[in-house]
Amino acid sequence: MRKVAVVGIGHSKFGRRTDVNVNELAFEAIKGALLDSGLTQKDIEFVSVGSYGMWYEEVLPAVTVAEYAKLYPAGLARCEAACATGSAAFRFAYVTVASGEADVAMAVGVEKMTEIDTSTAVEIIGRSGSYLWEFENFGLTFPGYYAMHATAHMNKFGTKEEHLAMVAVKNHKYGAMNPYAHFQREITLEEALKSFVVAWPLKLYDCCPLSDGAAAVILASKEKAKEITDTPVWILGMGLASDSAGLSKRSEYTGLRATVLAAEKAYKQAEVTPKDIDVAVVHDCFTIAEILAYEDLGFCKKGEGGKLIEEGQTYIGGKIPINVDGGLKAKGHPLGATGCSMVAEITRQLRGEAGKRQAPIKEGKGLAHNVGGTGHYCYITILGR
Amino acid sequence: MTKAPPPPTLKSARTLTLTYEIPISKTNKFWEGLKENKIFTTRCKKCGELYFPPSSDCPSCLSAEMDWIEISGEAELETFTQIFVRPATFAKYEPYIVAIGRLKEGVRALAWLTGIKREDIQVGMKLKLVGKVGPEGTPTYEFVPL
Repeated sequence: MRKVAVVGIGHSKFGRRTDVNVNELAFEAIKGALLDSGLTQKDIEFVSVGSYGMWYEEVLPAVTVAEYAKLYPAGLARCEAACATGSAAFRFAYVTVASGEADVAMAVGVEKMTEIDTSTAVEIIGRSGSYLWEFENFGLTFPGYYAMHATAHMNKFGTKEEHLAMVAVKNHKYGAMNPYAHFQREITLEEALKSFVVAWPLKLYDCCPLSDGAAAVILASKEKAKEITDTPVWILGMGLASDSAGLSKRSEYTGLRATVLAAEKAYKQAEVTPKDIDVAVVHDCFTIAEILAYEDLGFCKKGEGGKLIEEGQTYIGGKIPINVDGGLKAKGHPLGATGCSMVAEITRQLRGEAGKRQAPIKEGKGLAHNVGGTGHYCYITILGR
Repeated sequence: MTKAPPPPTLKSARTLTLTYEIPISKTNKFWEGLKENKIFTTRCKKCGELYFPPSSDCPSCLSAEMDWIEISGEAELETFTQIFVRPATFAKYEPYIVAIGRLKEGVRALAWLTGIKREDIQVGMKLKLVGKVGPEGTPTYEFVPL
């Protein structure tokens, strides 16, 4: 496989975007990535579009987005990996360049989740597991899936609701500094703890919102990257893993095995350890998911995720700054966009362009952790300057 | 200060309704058994692997020769939640408790836990999985405290 670099990133404002349709929204990110790289559409040989779909009117978003952005006749695909859909699109574009089949490729992630009513959106996400055995009769929701992990983690390790709320407070603090974030305001611990219960023990402020948004990433081979930019950000390693559709078939509920396995592969390929990572974005669709990620990615010992946030170690200035873009919690989680948004954020951090929320970069390495479903899919990307 | 009006949208006139007819011919013994409060599941004749929910194939040894066995339903609670924000098709129910229990036979099941208040639930408590006909007239199963 050839060396591949991120040479362009684009990002739309995340939030309730009733002002744009899916194509217009995706174009905000595509245009941003083209301008950032200095490339034009005719330079892009392959395009992968990540979108989960169903909540907006277009059934073939890759085709409509590519038409609107004049990206055709490049090779085109649409990818799905639940909430890691954007990472699946990124992976497809990365492998296409790494294999030598294309020199320049683009991954676009886009989601438009607010065109339908909230309870139908909750229904669509709830069906995203083992439909017949866990939804048809039991109506399990996505907060419910993670709530069962929270119950297990709290029961085994003494993790408290306060620990979960601390994650929300941190991510809102950084969301307030991110102009692209859905929620750009700080919250207090009391506010988080007093919010209504969504799926016990998870409350409103433990959950990411339903968001609209898009992000795009342009990838290039080593030779091309050097022609395009002075600040390439290299893909040092990627690890992928999966787990059972049904939650009842999991080996345990205090972590996500897919994360552990994907992390092993990514660290090995990149020849790094968790200690070498300067900054990370992890999949905090729920606050408990961020605590599980601390442990599963090796940023702390198993069972000590609550302590890590309590000590403030995941803030800028701590041992490992995490989700300093606001995370899914405050930045928002447009499912298809998230994976590309994560890569864009780490690229921005490694370039030193993150402004007020810039993490100190010593080793020149960052990590993006994107989970699809409740650890049904996991994609981990390690990037380096 | 007056708030800006929301951006104009086109409310689509084409509403889509999807109702799936899910094939269950290969697991019908399970669904029929529920109506008589029995929990049947499958075990591979060749390698002995036990499945729950029932599977009509054994992906471990690639055999399609499965035995139907009745299980006790006795289980131990591993984890649970109570769903307050409900999906559209569950809006008519009161907030419900979903639990995962490890069955005595070694496999796990996920189902509603009824007949107990959330405050009284303890991880590790003994449960029983029972079959029944649900309020919508279709067979289902749930955990109850043992």
